[in-house]
Amino acid sequence: MTNVLAVADHRRGDLRDVSYEIITAGRQLADETGGDLHLAVVSGTVDDFAEKLDREGVDVIHTVDHGEEFNHDIYAQATIQLYDDVAPQYVVTPNSVNGLDYAPAVAARLDLPIVTDAVALDADGDTLTATREMYGGKVETTTELDGPAVISIREGEWPAAEGTGDATIGAFAAEIDESEVGSTVTGFEEVGGGDVDISEADLLVSVGRGIEEEENLELIRDLADALGATVSSSRPIVDNGWLPKNRQVGQSGKVVTPDVYIAIGISGAVQHVAGMKGSDTIVAINTDPNAPIMDIADYAIVDDLFDVVPALIEEFQ
Amino acid sequence: MKILVTVKEVATVEDEFEIEGTEIADRYLGADLNEWDDYAIEEAVQLQEAGIADEVVAVTIGPEDCEQTIRQALAKGADRAVRVWDDALEEVDLLDVGAKTEILRAVVEEETPDLVLTGVQSGDDSWMATGVSLAEELGYEWGAVVNHLEHDFDDGVASVRRELEGGVEELTEIELPAALTIQTGINEPRYASLRGIRQAQRKELAVRSLAELGVDESAVESEVRLTDMYEPESESDATVWEGSADETATQLGELLREKGVAQ
Ligand SMILES: Cc1cc2nc3c(=O)[nH]c(=O)nc-3n(C[C@H](O)[C@H](O)[C@H](O)COP(=O)(O)OP(=O)(O)OC[C@H]3O[C@@H](n4cnc5c(N)ncnc54)[C@H](O)[C@@H]3O)c2cc1C
Repeated sequence: MTNVLAVADHRRGDLRDVSYEIITAGRQLADETGGDLHLAVVSGTVDDFAEKLDREGVDVIHTVDHGEEFNHDIYAQATIQLYDDVAPQYVVTPNSVNGLDYAPAVAARLDLPIVTDAVALDADGDTLTATREMYGGKVETTTELDGPAVISIREGEWPAAEGTGDATIGAFAAEIDESEVGSTVTGFEEVGGGDVDISEADLLVSVGRGIEEEENLELIRDLADALGATVSSSRPIVDNGWLPKNRQVGQSGKVVTPDVYIAIGISGAVQHVAGMKGSDTIVAINTDPNAPIMDIADYAIVDDLFDVVPALIEEFQ
Repeated sequence: MKILVTVKEVATVEDEFEIEGTEIADRYLGADLNEWDDYAIEEAVQLQEAGIADEVVAVTIGPEDCEQTIRQALAKGADRAVRVWDDALEEVDLLDVGAKTEILRAVVEEETPDLVLTGVQSGDDSWMATGVSLAEELGYEWGAVVNHLEHDFDDGVASVRRELEGGVEELTEIELPAALTIQTGINEPRYASLRGIRQAQRKELAVRSLAELGVDESAVESEVRLTDMYEPESESDATVWEGSADETATQLGELLREKGVAQ
């Protein structure tokens, strides 16, 4: 078993970027194991998707034409049947919300170990070494396992595959047992509309859990007023109901690209960074000099926000 | 309806810490109820208060030390708790998804709940996979990253919203019995009241060994080995402004004026 099987991600008619990243990760593993890279695309306009996915490094593309949108029961069944057919060493999926909704089931049913949210991989002989984060990015770990496995990769860690490939594209006749399909997707809804579009702002003062209490948000509002800035936040502030959902920056919130992003009491968890790493200039105000946000900050103030923010307000009054 | 909630005491890490081998040295660690599990408990307790759940059972894997944390689930309204521990688990560096699944499966099979709620991830090892893996092993249906659950279960179906990327939610119908992995923001977790905390002391907290659950020791050996832990190489090329808060604020002020984003 040396082949690698990677599964693409798409939503509402479009392939997601991670589908091209997974080609790069899959190719790397296939080179290390000495096998072929098989790519699967399940549901939706599979022929059109297959054409787009035919980039450099892909050997075979399997299309499974069944239903429009993601359904975890169908993805799980199709992936398991492909596993039996392709006999890969590794099954690679994105660690996306949909990946999280079927990859663990595939691993369980095939009785394979799973490593999730890998940020680096290295296959050597029968052993796979995966690099993962723990404690919200405070430490990195290496983990090893032997033999075949299911791996989910973090989005944005591998470059997107480019170029045009000459993959063999074929329909895979998965036999979907409808009696085993116990979940039905009935629709989608956009959330987080409303008064302000934070993705349009030039200057964001973004507040995180370091603010501690709802009352203290007043301080951030005062700062925003003094600077003529817009207030945004990390997720816990929205979860607490202190700010509406349309202010949330991140993977499940908004992607923002202001000229300056001031992260105040925000640790810089990967799901937050996904939404703001494209900001032109990033300033972090944080008491923890090792907070992950420091890795992407251009400027940093390692100090208590309750000292720095009032001083900054004063500057502009 | 019976609901089982998996809960975990997670380690919290101080800003400055040292790593010894493949662990953070104990003296830099605190303990807390896993953030995502707190929301799962709240959801279960709300279902109980709405008269939909008859019983809420909290289940954890952990040593005796973690009982204080698990009692938080009882203090917030869970009826009883089960804690699984065993000498065989004492030496394990990392319980992988497969091992957790094996242990929890044995408990679920005994309890036969209609609904299993787990957190989307745990804040320490963040596998994000145990709930779905568990569902598959049990032959339950499942849903990952659930941020809304309708409380009527018409026709034995859970109507949920799954939170996708980019501010989009998916509406999904899931047949029971099912396991749902609960995302923060689904509700507002309560603080345990003093009365709740007092009552929690009297609620049942059963301790079970692997043998009692009929789980073979070999089944919980992780297939994934933790081989190294280190502080990530700082990629930071940030300019760190030094000085008093007034001084650093002035420097930031200058930057903002320079960039023309504030006057
Ligand atoms: C599927 C999924 C999707 C997610 N989507 C998102 C998303 O879209 N957006 C998002 O933000 N998160 C998201 N998260 C949550 C994410 O993992 C983190 O939990 C969250 O971003 C943490 O927010 P925070 O940085 O404000 O809080 P914490 O991680 O608690 O960090 C608080 C920071 O404040 C600092 N601090 C504390 N006190 C002070 C002080 N007085 N002065 C200065 N600094 C101080 C601390 O040092 C720390 O760095 C998601 C998680 C999952 C699992």
